[in-house]
Amino acid sequence: MLNISFSKLVMIWLTVIVGLAFALPNGFYGRVETHNDAMAIIDAGQTNAELEADAAQWPSFLPSNLVNLGLDLRGGAHLLVEVQVEDVHASFLEGFWPSVRDALAAERDTVGFVTREDSPATELRVRISEPEGATQAFQIARGLGSPVASFTGAASTNIDVEIDGTLLTITLSEAEMVAMNERTIMQTLEIIRRRIDEVGTREPTIQRQGSERILVQVPGVGSANEIIELLGTTAQLTFNPVLGRAADADASPGTGNILVPALDEPNVFYILERRPVVTGEDLENAQLDFDQNGRPAVAFRFNTSAAREFGDYTLENIGSPFAIVLDNQVISAPTIQSHIPGGSGIITGNFDVEEATNLAVLLRAGALPAELTFLEERTIGPELGADSIAAGQIACIVAAIAILVYMVLSYGLFGVFANIALIINVGLIFGLLSIVGATLTLPGIAGIVLTIGMAVDANVIVFERIREELKTAKGPARAIELGYERALSSIIDANITTFMTAVILFTIGSGPVSGFAVTLGFGIVTSVFTAIFVTRSLIVIWFSRTRPKTIEV
Amino acid sequence: MRLRLVRDDTSIDFFSKARIWLGISMVAMVVAFASFLIQGLNYGIDFQGGTSIRTDSAIVVDVAQYRSVLEALDLGDISIAEVDDPLFDEDQHVALVRVQAQEGDERIASETIEAIQTALRTIDPGMTFPSVESVGPKVSGELIQTAIIAVALAVVAILLYIWMRFEWQFAVGAVVALAHDVILTIGIFSELQIKFDLAIIAALLTIVGYSINDTVIVFDRVRENLRKYKKKDLKEVLNLSINETLSRTLMTSVTTMLALLALFILGGDVIRGFVFAMMWGVLIGTYSSIFVASTILLVLGVKRDWSKKDPSAGTKYGHIET
Repeated sequence: MLNISFSKLVMIWLTVIVGLAFALPNGFYGRVETHNDAMAIIDAGQTNAELEADAAQWPSFLPSNLVNLGLDLRGGAHLLVEVQVEDVHASFLEGFWPSVRDALAAERDTVGFVTREDSPATELRVRISEPEGATQAFQIARGLGSPVASFTGAASTNIDVEIDGTLLTITLSEAEMVAMNERTIMQTLEIIRRRIDEVGTREPTIQRQGSERILVQVPGVGSANEIIELLGTTAQLTFNPVLGRAADADASPGTGNILVPALDEPNVFYILERRPVVTGEDLENAQLDFDQNGRPAVAFRFNTSAAREFGDYTLENIGSPFAIVLDNQVISAPTIQSHIPGGSGIITGNFDVEEATNLAVLLRAGALPAELTFLEERTIGPELGADSIAAGQIACIVAAIAILVYMVLSYGLFGVFANIALIINVGLIFGLLSIVGATLTLPGIAGIVLTIGMAVDANVIVFERIREELKTAKGPARAIELGYERALSSIIDANITTFMTAVILFTIGSGPVSGFAVTLGFGIVTSVFTAIFVTRSLIVIWFSRTRPKTIEV
Repeated sequence: MRLRLVRDDTSIDFFSKARIWLGISMVAMVVAFASFLIQGLNYGIDFQGGTSIRTDSAIVVDVAQYRSVLEALDLGDISIAEVDDPLFDEDQHVALVRVQAQEGDERIASETIEAIQTALRTIDPGMTFPSVESVGPKVSGELIQTAIIAVALAVVAILLYIWMRFEWQFAVGAVVALAHDVILTIGIFSELQIKFDLAIIAALLTIVGYSINDTVIVFDRVRENLRKYKKKDLKEVLNLSINETLSRTLMTSVTTMLALLALFILGGDVIRGFVFAMMWGVLIGTYSSIFVASTILLVLGVKRDWSKKDPSAGTKYGHIET
């Protein structure tokens, strides 16, 4: 007969209550957010009266997980960047050349003269003058490779060497490229995180996407430009000895030296020693400062070992200039006036306050291992997001009321049961979203509204079936039972197919689209649950109390 | 007294005019496809690359004026559309400015965006830019690819599921109905030149899900009735099944439509295109599950005897000759 066991009933309503409890914080969004922020600081070890008061705005025994609002609802900047790993490959090969040259030069008797030939950045071409020394040269070059730890376990070296007559071609091995890309991306992620943390925004999302891309989402930023400025420079800082100046870009700097353009003076190039005295990696701190003329500058301090090196160098080279090089441009090339022992100093240039502050931030956070290309940028203003939330809320309420009224008109008391289930359903969607910490986007709201429309479907299927069964079945109890039994397969089939599309959307889509997929998917799960269990238990409770002789659906 | 969309005991013959319905669908599909080929879709920056800026000004939007200040920048193809929404304040005038992806490189130049904003501020110094979105050609190319894969995957997954749960004829019927819905939706976006972006793909997939939902409910009843009425011919069984489920089909379409209508009117202009796609999808999804899917099933025929063991059991194609 029409019955649900007591234990099952308890399970159903317990699920509902727990789900709704998790949805509850979203009804008091601002208050819970203040509470959570305060709790985070208190957990970190700080406390004061104000924080305690903020924390007390929401009782701690209640769940405090919130649905995250997507950027399109909260406002902020979204950037998709690609890490130029090729740069790292090229600079590795560039750095490899001196050791190849030196190793081959040591065997000059057999290999003859060693010259480097022009090549694409993906390989290093070395020509030797003695054809008889080719095998020897090949062996030497190969001997320079070092092993790569690859996850396949296969032992491999980091370079591939080929010889064709007297031409040696050195390229990065596949395994080294994979390992190098991996390292570069991880390092880039870390540096991006540090740079964004330096400016102190709330809850940035910094995520790897695919093999060479990083997604950066920063809520509450007025313009993506602010983030681009932060990430657009690699900020590789070096201090190099200056050997001379040149007036054109084609001047030959000589072996072991590089030609670097000046930042502020057109057509001025500096000839520098390639090997820097100290680099930005050795910086301990950097901050905004002003020089003796009151112009903005960046004050820096080296760590102990670099401070000693810098001190020694300045002591030995009093009177000669050295260059401060940032991302292959000479910012300034002051002359060493005296011994600088403490390892601190200032960088002057034509900065304004903002530029100097930014540079200090970048230097503190560290240099990016490779340049970033910006593939996609989106900025949504907070007002537009707030408008979208408001519009979404109104639409949700109106849609819900229209459907509630329509259901009661169509199914009477059974419509009321379906409506209770519908309200619980929306609550459960929010509960689930909060539990998994999903992000609600504007299409996500549309997904919820759509679910409100479709959630009644399972109930409609059952009710229509009960109506049909009433014509033939013996008594209302049997009709209700048969109605549920026979409608089940339709409900399951229909919802599994929709659920599949939601899963596909979630896996393939990004950002707003996957936000929509999440609410749609959760909506399907909760609507099936509420239709099969919640509405049914309501009907059973009602039926066993009143025991009607006839029912009208 | 209950509100009823259809009487309980309808016995409409859905197949008496099957040729007409199929004809209408075919013509509509040809028109949609032709429109897609000739006119193409009004791709948003998601699929085309470029920059889209939303402007908000206290001064009434004058498209010609916007265009003239922007053309001075020499940015290539520019489109300006005024946005109107009942939810806007009285002195809120919104427009969407779209600039094509700039030649040369992937990088979206912040300078270009700033130049556009400065140029527009000459019209109204108080103009604000609530959203600025820029997508490089590399990403947009990939987005198109993923979108096509997503839709194709969804259709294939549904085909396999229905095939597993029913028979291959049902799967073919369902997928033809789906293709019908997708083509007509793309057609109306091409015909009305509504912006076609990533969100519309989400809408398309939802339509696919919704339409299959409807179709499965009918098919489920067909399967049940085929077992119940072994003597009735297929056409009668199909008619009976559609009639029996008609009340539910329309009821669900109406509730979904009510929800979408609320969103369409009150949900703001940002998602209006998305909601429009879904409303259209519900409409044709309902139509196609009644007329297209079942008609295909009628044309293909189905294995009737469910109780006896299929002599060719073990192969899905054993009954093809029936």
